[in-house]
Amino acid sequence: MADLSCRIAGIDSINPFWLASAPPTDKKYNVVRAFQKGWGGVVWKTLGVDPPVVNVTSRYGLHKDFKGATIGINNIELISDRPLDVNLREIEECRREWPDRVIIGSMMAEMDEQAWKELAIRIANSGVHGIELNLGCPHGMCERGMGSAIGQVPEMVEKTTRWVREVVDLPVFTKLTPNITDILVPAEAALAGGAHAVSLINTVNSIVSVDLDAMAPDPMIDGKGTHGGYCGSAVKPIALNMVAEIARNAATRDLEISAIGGINTWRDAAEFIALGASGVQVCTAAMLYGFRIVEDMIAGLSAFMDEKGYKTLDDFRGRAVANTVDWNELNMNFDLKARIDEESCIECGRCHIACEDTSHQAIRIEAKDDGGRRFVVIDDDCVGCNLCMHVCPVDQCIEMEPVANGLPHLTWPDHPKNPAHKAVAESV
Amino acid sequence: MRKKQLSPTHKRDMDIERAFSDLHPPLDAGAAFIEASRCLYCYDAPCINACPTAIDIPTFIHQIRTDNLDGSARTILDANIMGGTCARACPTEILCEGACVLNKGDEKPIRIGALQRRSVDHLMDKVAKNGTHPFQRAPQSGRRLAVIGAGPAGLSFAHRAAMLGHDVTVYEARPKPGGLNEYGLAAYKMVDDFAQKEIDFLLGIGGISIKYGKKLGEDFSLSDLKKQYDGVFIGIGLGGSGTLGIPGEDLDGVEPALSFIEHLRQAKQKSHVKCGRHVVVIGGGNTAIDAAIQSKKLGAETVTLVYRRGDDSMSATAWERDLARLNDVQIRTWARPSSIGGDQKADHIMFERTKIIDGRLQGTGETYRLTADLILKAIGQKMLPLGLGDLQIKNGRIVVDDQYQTSMPGIYAGGDCIQSGDDLTVQAVQDGKLAALAIDQALTRNDAQPPVAAHSGKGGA
Ligand SMILES: Cc1cc2nc3c(=O)[nH]c(=O)nc-3n(C[C@H](O)[C@H](O)[C@H](O)COP(=O)(O)OP(=O)(O)OC[C@H]3O[C@@H](n4cnc5c(N)ncnc54)[C@H](O)[C@@H]3O)c2cc1C
Ligand SMILES: Cc1cc2nc3c(=O)[nH]c(=O)nc-3n(C[C@H](O)[C@H](O)[C@H](O)COP(=O)(O)O)c2cc1C
Ligand code: SF4
Ligand code: SF4
Ligand code: SF4
Repeated sequence: MADLSCRIAGIDSINPFWLASAPPTDKKYNVVRAFQKGWGGVVWKTLGVDPPVVNVTSRYGLHKDFKGATIGINNIELISDRPLDVNLREIEECRREWPDRVIIGSMMAEMDEQAWKELAIRIANSGVHGIELNLGCPHGMCERGMGSAIGQVPEMVEKTTRWVREVVDLPVFTKLTPNITDILVPAEAALAGGAHAVSLINTVNSIVSVDLDAMAPDPMIDGKGTHGGYCGSAVKPIALNMVAEIARNAATRDLEISAIGGINTWRDAAEFIALGASGVQVCTAAMLYGFRIVEDMIAGLSAFMDEKGYKTLDDFRGRAVANTVDWNELNMNFDLKARIDEESCIECGRCHIACEDTSHQAIRIEAKDDGGRRFVVIDDDCVGCNLCMHVCPVDQCIEMEPVANGLPHLTWPDHPKNPAHKAVAESV
Repeated sequence: MRKKQLSPTHKRDMDIERAFSDLHPPLDAGAAFIEASRCLYCYDAPCINACPTAIDIPTFIHQIRTDNLDGSARTILDANIMGGTCARACPTEILCEGACVLNKGDEKPIRIGALQRRSVDHLMDKVAKNGTHPFQRAPQSGRRLAVIGAGPAGLSFAHRAAMLGHDVTVYEARPKPGGLNEYGLAAYKMVDDFAQKEIDFLLGIGGISIKYGKKLGEDFSLSDLKKQYDGVFIGIGLGGSGTLGIPGEDLDGVEPALSFIEHLRQAKQKSHVKCGRHVVVIGGGNTAIDAAIQSKKLGAETVTLVYRRGDDSMSATAWERDLARLNDVQIRTWARPSSIGGDQKADHIMFERTKIIDGRLQGTGETYRLTADLILKAIGQKMLPLGLGDLQIKNGRIVVDDQYQTSMPGIYAGGDCIQSGDDLTVQAVQDGKLAALAIDQALTRNDAQPPVAAHSGKGGA
């Protein structure tokens, strides 16, 4: 069986699956239940300077897809609303009772050096393995100058990271907000401040839906709503890209990454690890299904690794980074054509209408002798965009077949149709 | 006269009423959403082509999914104003659901009928409360049209014609509208007086009046109507039942299956309907199956359905045959009745075995006897050509052209009384709808001519 243990920022964990700082890690009761199910670690619900915050009801909005499945949730919860010493006592107890599990203390404070340092020291004294700086909460806390209000200003990211580094001798994780234009800016700032790792992403600023009876955003609090933090499956693509950006960037390449955002399954986790993450954190999936999901995450990831012959996570960590390139490095001569398997086609017409209305009019309908319909790809018109394959409801009914055109690898900068290239060629 | 009496097997009345409850209970919102979510939203979907009224099925299902139930119902009713009855009574297994592309994969087809019922019931309930009919009439055309027969064909015609701006008068022989929706469809498909509720809804469009107890050929003639109206539509269905022509057919306890069903449909309490202990049903169609199942539900000890050919030749669908077997109906094939015996009252029936010999169905001479105190004949309905005069008739049905016009200009026909497709409610609705559109077009073409009956006061008859 594959070895799932991992090491991140010098911390050893029995597996890469941690619970992100959020309601699942709000108190000892939850954390103990999570450890019982097999989670390798938790990032405790963010702690602030006393007095604790006060939350509102309700707190969650749901984003559902066409079929009624939840693709994301949005929350307007603040940080821990329990007194600091209660949290710290419970952290100490959990550390003592579960010595092989990781506990990271998450924290935030106003832009005040003393406040950050005092809080960091108190948390460190509770015995945590490391400290995570919550610079991402995009609702409520940011209105008080915390969370994303700090995470969106690179100088502040650097400063807060440094303040914590200066007073505690523990690994420091700077948790980044995705509510910025270029993730590399805060990632580099965290690195400059001395972060051992970055955790990303925190939630995406959002309004998840509008209640058309009440004419107010959801979730509604006495007739009014506010923007909140979006998370769950829907944010995974955003998170994957941000993780890849940091992993590909020369300046941040060596920064360790604790990946977060829309991780539901072992496969999601494996994808983040393939893009360079050392470990992952999960929040929404646990909130929707309970802590038991980690069991399949563990079983699924080890089965995958066994199948592929990876003995440790490091065997495939970052393997997809080199294949993640800029558009300009793609081979323009690579050509695919859609191939429809008539045998398995159920004649739903989805491929046709997708290509006809929105792509390249490359799928023709022909009448079959049995009264049915045959869907035929017109090779000359097919640009190989994949749309038909994705909309086809039958697994492997449409496949994309590479065309053996014998043409060499050719990128856009070298392409004869590139005006910039022509200019260069002419000027030579 | 039928007397009130306890059912032969002394089943409690309550059990019987329960046995006649809804065959398929309606889907609730959650179940409908889940089922709707399975639909692939096919393009130019085969299910549409398989629906005789061509309901835009992918669209109405999509509208259930987007929580636009009013719009969903409108999509259905726009193509088929009796979408509510069709959702309950259509043999979907050979129509839309039979054509669903999911049959080609490993999945069950979408439950189109159940979803259709969900949407239509929703809108009908809403309309019953607020009274706003979902369709508006075009400006008054000043034209008046007559309809003979308030069955699905006639009512569908009337609704579409009213929508197009014409005023419609329906002449119906019976005291109630609905035709076989009211008198023929199995009770467990049409619970809670649905036929009448649907007709109230349909009439909500306005511009339609129905005259009851007016029979063509007795109370008025085709030429009366032709004089008074700008167009006439005949939707008289198949009123007569076939006869066996065997000894003993006139004994007590031998009756057309349709009249048995009719009594049952009209009975205030099903448990008060007289049934036999040993019921034999003759025939292989829908009517035979319905009569057999309903006899069993009334408490008959044995119900045997006898059909002269093999299982596959029965016009009842495989699904219906299974339903009969599930209800403990014995199905016997390859035999035809030769005589009925009994002293005033039938007590048994003799059958001769049959076989295909030289390509023809023939008796083998070998016979058997079944004990029977109720014998129901379901060997097909026939059109009663009462009052049809010189109209051209072929194979017992009124001949129409591709515009539903009969051999007499201005007189149209549709439903079971013509040969358009299968004898199904949904086909009758389609015929009525298309005939109304055809008359409307013909009238528009003839707009130069003044309306015939615009000022002739009350309709005749
Ligand atoms: C027992 C039985 C069960 C059936 N079950 C199903 C089923 O489950 N699903 C399905 O799709 N189809 C079923 N059918 C078929 C379906 O009921 C018919 O196809 C449909 O009702 C035909 O409609 P119609 O309007 O042409 O005729 P009808 O429904 O027969 O209506 C004709 C109307 O005309 C009136 N009328 C007749 N003669 C005159 C006259 N001379 N003057 C004035 N009015 C007259 C009648 O009183 C009646 O109201 C069943 C049929 C039977 C007999
Ligand atoms: C209800 C809720 C509360 C959260 N509270 C915090 C918090 O206190 N501190 C923090 O750093 N992140 C918080 N988060 C963000 C999560 O830790 C995580 O970064 C985000 O939800 C993305 O991961 P996911 O897609 O697995 O949920 C919260 C998320 C949710 C849904
Ligand atoms: S790959 Fe794209 S262009 Fe080609 S047939 Fe499919 S949808 Fe059309
Ligand atoms: S989408 Fe797939 S199943 Fe549907 S018609 Fe096209 S090839 Fe066939
Ligand atoms: S064929 Fe089936 S899946 Fe396709 S639109 Fe019709 S009901 Fe939906």
